[in-house]
Amino acid sequence: MNVPEHLRYTASHEWVKSEADGTVSIGITDHAQAALGDLVYVELPAVGRKVAANEACAVVESVKAASDIYAPIAGEIVAVNPALAGTPEVVNEGAYDAWLFKMKPADPAAVNGLLDAAAYQATIGDE
Amino acid sequence: MLKKTPLNDVHRAAGARMVDFGGWDMPVNYGSQIDEHHAVRTDAGMFDVSHMRVVDLEGAGGRDFLRYALANNVDKLKVPGKALYSCLLRPDGGVVDDLIVYFLREDFFRLVVNAGTADKDIAWLSDLLAKRGASSPTLRPREDLAMIAVQGPNARAKVWQALPGSEAASASLPPFAGAAMGDVFIARTGYTGEDGFEIMVPATKVAALWNALASAGVRPCGLGARDTLRLEAGMNLYGQDMDESVSPLESGLAWTVDLASPRDFVGKAALAAHPPQRALMGLLLTDRGGVLRAHQKVLTAHGDGEITSGTFSPTLKESIALARLPAAVAPGDTVRVAIRDKELAARVVKPPFARHGQALVR
Repeated sequence: MNVPEHLRYTASHEWVKSEADGTVSIGITDHAQAALGDLVYVELPAVGRKVAANEACAVVESVKAASDIYAPIAGEIVAVNPALAGTPEVVNEGAYDAWLFKMKPADPAAVNGLLDAAAYQATIGDE
Repeated sequence: MLKKTPLNDVHRAAGARMVDFGGWDMPVNYGSQIDEHHAVRTDAGMFDVSHMRVVDLEGAGGRDFLRYALANNVDKLKVPGKALYSCLLRPDGGVVDDLIVYFLREDFFRLVVNAGTADKDIAWLSDLLAKRGASSPTLRPREDLAMIAVQGPNARAKVWQALPGSEAASASLPPFAGAAMGDVFIARTGYTGEDGFEIMVPATKVAALWNALASAGVRPCGLGARDTLRLEAGMNLYGQDMDESVSPLESGLAWTVDLASPRDFVGKAALAAHPPQRALMGLLLTDRGGVLRAHQKVLTAHGDGEITSGTFSPTLKESIALARLPAAVAPGDTVRVAIRDKELAARVVKPPFARHGQALVR
């Protein structure tokens, strides 16, 4: 499975990318999209919503199942990916390109407490 | 320890995603399950259904026994090879399992039962047989047989290409009938709403057949596509759309229950005494906001119901479901389905949703 070195991860299979403007982008990992299978619906949080770390704030549904997406860190939702409403399959086609939402972290250092690529790889095994 | 079909290594070598399906290690998809679904609707796909159990009923008296054991009327089977879909019922009318029975000879009927219920069914039938005394026919579970379902508009032609001699053996088969070809049994049956065959073959030969079918252009498909295909086709899944706690008359299966004939069968008295209060109907989600899933609550003008199977329909590109609803609800009604924190509108429709490559509801 593809686990890019430059991203941070959660044990619940979100990836987190620190952007140049101080926000973070959040998506689901390649491992997660493969496990879920073909995505057909994505429900995203309202922009402006304040969320706690590990709070469920989005849902992805594949043909097989619905799965909650958790905020990796505390902060405010500042953007959601408009492409996903009409074409949720882009997450299957490129999990690390298809961000779900962006957050402004309450604590800019919080991202450093997330899993690095090696630690995430260890949680999913050698797939 | 999960049970494995004789094709397990073939699935793993093909990179299938494997899941625990009722104690069996089975492929849920190889790549995109939506692509696998479309392959069956438009061309040809194949499924390993070797986890299902063939049980032969051998010896004199088989028809008479099945008249009593099955809710559908085995006397509809007049021509050798013809098949019948039926429920096995409990005395209280609950559904023990659903199955297909083939009439091959008066002393040879072949049953095909579900994987998860096979042991229960064999025990159930053995018990019924024992109560009939020593001269009754015998049950022979055929764990030596594997089964591949090849489905789609081009399925039969590709089987004929892949399996020498099969065209002569099966070209004249009408729908819902089967024929033996040596140690192979070819039936024009399936669980997808498409034409095709279910092929029973000795376990030792099944991998060669699978590979020959793949070479003929039949796409391997997993249980994920099998579920969306059968749901579009309006076909029930045992354990989900009906089980021991519900009547077939509340499960969309009244057409399979023969209450009209004077014949007695297990469960008949209970069904006659309890007219159905609920009905299994189709739902088409008309609001956006999620996917219909089993166990979601359905709110109607006549009381609440529940979804028994729900999914995203690749053919309709909308979410569809089967739901057990108060019997007064009618096709065309609008109902509401509780999905997470929302109540979304859905339209009641009469299944099937799609068959033979065509959407049947809009």
